[in-house]
Amino acid sequence: MSLSNSNHALEIVNLNKAFGGLVVTQSISLAIRPGERRLIIGPNGAGKTTLFNQISGDLRPTSGQIRLFGTDVTYIAPYKRAHFGLSRTYQIITLFTGDTLEHNVTLGLLGLLPSRWQMWRPLSFYGNLATEARRVLDTVGLLHLASHPVSDIAYGEKRRVELAMALAQKPRVLLLDEPLAGLSNTERSTVKSLIAAIPRETTVIMIEHDMDTALDLAETVTLLNYGRVIVDGDRDAVIADERTREVYLGA
Amino acid sequence: MRWIGVALLAASFVLPPFLAGDFYVNLGSQILIASIFALSLNLLVGFGGMTSLGHASYLGVAAYISALLTSRYGFGHGAAAIISMAGTTATAAFFGIIALRATGLGFLMITLALSQVLWGLAYRMSNVTNGDNGIAGLSRPMPFGISLDSATSFYWFALGVASIAFVMITMFVSSSFGSSLKGVRDQPRRMAALGFNPWMIRWIAFIYAGFWGGVSGLLYVYYNKYIHPTSLSITSSAEALLGVIAGGSGTLGGPVAGAALVLLLKNYASAYVERWNMLLGLVFLFIVLVMPAGIVPGFSRLLTGRRK
Repeated sequence: MSLSNSNHALEIVNLNKAFGGLVVTQSISLAIRPGERRLIIGPNGAGKTTLFNQISGDLRPTSGQIRLFGTDVTYIAPYKRAHFGLSRTYQIITLFTGDTLEHNVTLGLLGLLPSRWQMWRPLSFYGNLATEARRVLDTVGLLHLASHPVSDIAYGEKRRVELAMALAQKPRVLLLDEPLAGLSNTERSTVKSLIAAIPRETTVIMIEHDMDTALDLAETVTLLNYGRVIVDGDRDAVIADERTREVYLGA
Repeated sequence: MRWIGVALLAASFVLPPFLAGDFYVNLGSQILIASIFALSLNLLVGFGGMTSLGHASYLGVAAYISALLTSRYGFGHGAAAIISMAGTTATAAFFGIIALRATGLGFLMITLALSQVLWGLAYRMSNVTNGDNGIAGLSRPMPFGISLDSATSFYWFALGVASIAFVMITMFVSSSFGSSLKGVRDQPRRMAALGFNPWMIRWIAFIYAGFWGGVSGLLYVYYNKYIHPTSLSITSSAEALLGVIAGGSGTLGGPVAGAALVLLLKNYASAYVERWNMLLGLVFLFIVLVMPAGIVPGFSRLLTGRRK
């Protein structure tokens, strides 16, 4: 098949998605190199999250192809994509609210391990999982809250737990859906430096509205509008482009 | 303080044969059987977020297979038990594939429909199941040559099986797999994104629940020495579901407390009130209003609240 394309971390070819008559993704093609920092921007309803949902497998595209490191994953179940090294966070916080922070991150670790099928040993038997979960929580600065339930912590901290769960998986491709949404200025700079510290083995694709922060993190930018790619390329070129100003920055 | 509670609880299970007459010991046996049944249903309802209204299928299938094999085909109790457990587990695996195409209300309706099919078969296929007459004249097994015909000996047998069931189910929900199951209950989409296979996790839990439902069915038919299609009916499923919710779904003690409540009401109240179901309804209403999470979480909150 298309093994020659395996020099891309994520490749999207001519992707289309329609809900009945409403076309939300129109012949989108993207190629993202390993280690790249890609920012996806566009006005509300441009189809950014819909695109993410197709990459992660929550939505099935109408036509087109999605390849992860050269492997066609277009019709593969979401959980299998996680085993290919794909991880994501959600725009709407999706955590296990009754469980502790440590347990949340542990689930992130467990998802990729065969011991998730273990039916008689207690979870606490795997002490190294808890240790690793605490280490990841430490990197996002939440170690002191590790044994608190998620329902007890503040909104900004929940955003960081979202990030910690994804980072714990050491993904090859990480999809961040508005990781800065609803954060205060100080929290923004904290999360910004966390994203900046993600190792280069991880390709980062991020949807974000906060241009001031997000543009510093991005190398390349894709502008979507009405489900189409309007401009796509290096950060500075996209910012300078007249169409970007017209669609997004100008108004 | 905690240990006193545990000791009291253990005593309440161990002492009845020494203190009470046959009527109460038999009632105890019935509570133990209903507890295993409720515990297995709780795996689906409480830990898996899959509300089933057809769990009587597994109790009934196990009971009918055992009854038929021992009474009609001359099987010994050991072989009959093994075959009926295999048959019940296979039924659960098959029903799971159908029912797990849906979640929530759809799942509930499919489980109900499947169990109604079995109930209908038990009624109508009278050449096999003896229809409305049920299958009577059954015997109790004699494990290691010990007769279980007295109320006390059967109670000990039921207590042994129930303890094993309780430990096995506790281990199951505390394991990594148990965490996966609870995760899929709370955030299925997130769990899939993390690499868990939600369908497979639900299916395995469904089969495991069916297995323990079958164990309670075997005890049920041993205890009654009789089986009738009503054991497969929606009433039987709903009573257990009521017990699970009243006792506290998603807790380990809840189903036991709920099963005890339903059986005590059934046995005591029915002696005084003809429409004991109405009383059960009122008690259930009271529990839902006062302790929405169920008896066990409700009381434990009362106790911890007082200590503070």
